[in-house]
Amino acid sequence: MFPRPIQQASPAAQWLYTIALPVALVIWLFPLLGVALTSLRPASDLAQGNYFGMPSGIAWENYVYIFTETPIGQYMLNSLWVTIPTVIGAVGLSLMTGFALAVYGFKGNILVFFLFVAGNFVPFQILMVPVRDLTLQLGMYDTWYGLALFHIAFQTGFCTLFMRNFIKALPFELIEAARVEGVTEWRIFWYIVLPLMRPAIAALSVLVFTFIWNDFFWATVLTQGVDSQPITAGLSSLNGQWIAQWHLVSAGSIVAALPPVLMFFLMQKHFIAGLTLGAVK
Amino acid sequence: MAQAVSRTPSRWNQRTLAPWLFLAPGMFMFTVYVLWPICSSLLLSLYDWDGLYNREGQFTGTFVGLANYRELMIDPAFETSLWNNLKWLVLYMLALPIGLLIAVFLNQTVTGIRLYKSLFFFPFVISQVVVGLMFAWFYAPRFGLFYLLTEAITGDGTAILADPDLVTYGIIAAGLWPQIAYVMILYLTGLNNVAPDQIEAARLDGAKGWKMLWYVILPQLRPATFIAVIVTVIGALRSFDLVSIMTSGGPFGSSRVLSYYMFEMALGEFGFRMGYGAAIAVVLFAIMMVFISGFIWKMWRDESAR
Repeated sequence: MFPRPIQQASPAAQWLYTIALPVALVIWLFPLLGVALTSLRPASDLAQGNYFGMPSGIAWENYVYIFTETPIGQYMLNSLWVTIPTVIGAVGLSLMTGFALAVYGFKGNILVFFLFVAGNFVPFQILMVPVRDLTLQLGMYDTWYGLALFHIAFQTGFCTLFMRNFIKALPFELIEAARVEGVTEWRIFWYIVLPLMRPAIAALSVLVFTFIWNDFFWATVLTQGVDSQPITAGLSSLNGQWIAQWHLVSAGSIVAALPPVLMFFLMQKHFIAGLTLGAVK
Repeated sequence: MAQAVSRTPSRWNQRTLAPWLFLAPGMFMFTVYVLWPICSSLLLSLYDWDGLYNREGQFTGTFVGLANYRELMIDPAFETSLWNNLKWLVLYMLALPIGLLIAVFLNQTVTGIRLYKSLFFFPFVISQVVVGLMFAWFYAPRFGLFYLLTEAITGDGTAILADPDLVTYGIIAAGLWPQIAYVMILYLTGLNNVAPDQIEAARLDGAKGWKMLWYVILPQLRPATFIAVIVTVIGALRSFDLVSIMTSGGPFGSSRVLSYYMFEMALGEFGFRMGYGAAIAVVLFAIMMVFISGFIWKMWRDESAR
């Protein structure tokens, strides 16, 4: 193990390490802590310039206000409406493409695979005008499904990379054996490979959920109104209205950040497996 | 066991056809929403188009050849964006050493360390919109902590987001926060898998500290470093969200980057210059292609080595 375990160090060093950990954490998360505290500060404190001193009270009403007086609840629902179909769609499609690319040695296999991988890395801007135009033409501008369809297609690239590598690592003898028994290809996919894919499905689901929930660019390009804008775009437009009302901006930020944070805490192991692209095992 | 592998024509056909059937839905979506738009943008960058169609539903753009690109060459805003992109690329690379440092710091087995690792990773899970707002608060003039800090040190507070010379650095610092967290997690996973016997052997040979890190650990972390470089480059070139949230490209357009300038040109208040926007996107795409090709090349080498 590197570095040398702290337990082997001198008591003074161990003591120092125990202190350094929480101190470093507080410094590291300072912007987050500051915003979390500001979100609970009464507006009157901010008006009097009391930004960092003792708050005069805990103002849950900031949260009540953003949920009752602004459409933030609607924005959150819109986000869910985009995020959940995208997770299902992208994971479903990439299970199939990943299976095809991992199991069959057809001509052009590697080319198709690299197309998916490369497409995943392109800057969004090169897609922006045509995708927006297409969405308009299909009458899906400013709808959750217009946004979700694009996300499904784009995320399929990343998911295919992951699924294909995951299936490649499965024992191929399983598939060979099934073929000898005369099992059809579709049933091999459904009854043999799919049950083994659970960890990969979990990892990609949490990752895609986070990516899509946090997407801002496409939300801005493909949606407009309160009825379909996801939370990221919604928060940005609310920020424009709440000029310098930091207690509200902070509360909105915390609310917007909560779902992916919860997802991460609940599914930590899978999340990290996904992020390392399965390449760093 | 006499039936062996039955290679009757129908089975054979099934196995040639199956991969394409499995690929079809995914490839269809990917072609419609990713591959075709790339070609379409390349073509569109040769047109002057306001994004509209006439009453018969016909495309109204006019072919202008390379005029958009010629205009880019003399466009000062484009030059600023390009320079800023370079700053982003170079400074974003700081995420690698800092991420490694934090990973080494956290790679211990004391009680509660798992929680510490997750909390350090936190910034990456949060939306960049929220990160941008958090840093805007941190930088805010008069009361922001950064402002107060500079005021205490120099006697004169710096409103970093209002200063054309510093604004880009301020945004990059905000972007580095989640990026460092990502790199840290890559290295933590990598450190977990460093071969313990090699470390022990190196220790017996008297290697420790920085020497150990440089000559023994880092070579073993190469896969992690590779992915870290790739995701950091992509992160740097995708820097749209933070610029949009924190400054909208200002003050006076000094914090624009290509991704944001493109959006401004195509959909912003300056009018719908789709062709010109597409030309900016093509430049960004070309820059990214350098890195994508590197990645693909490395993957291809690994694949053929198998």
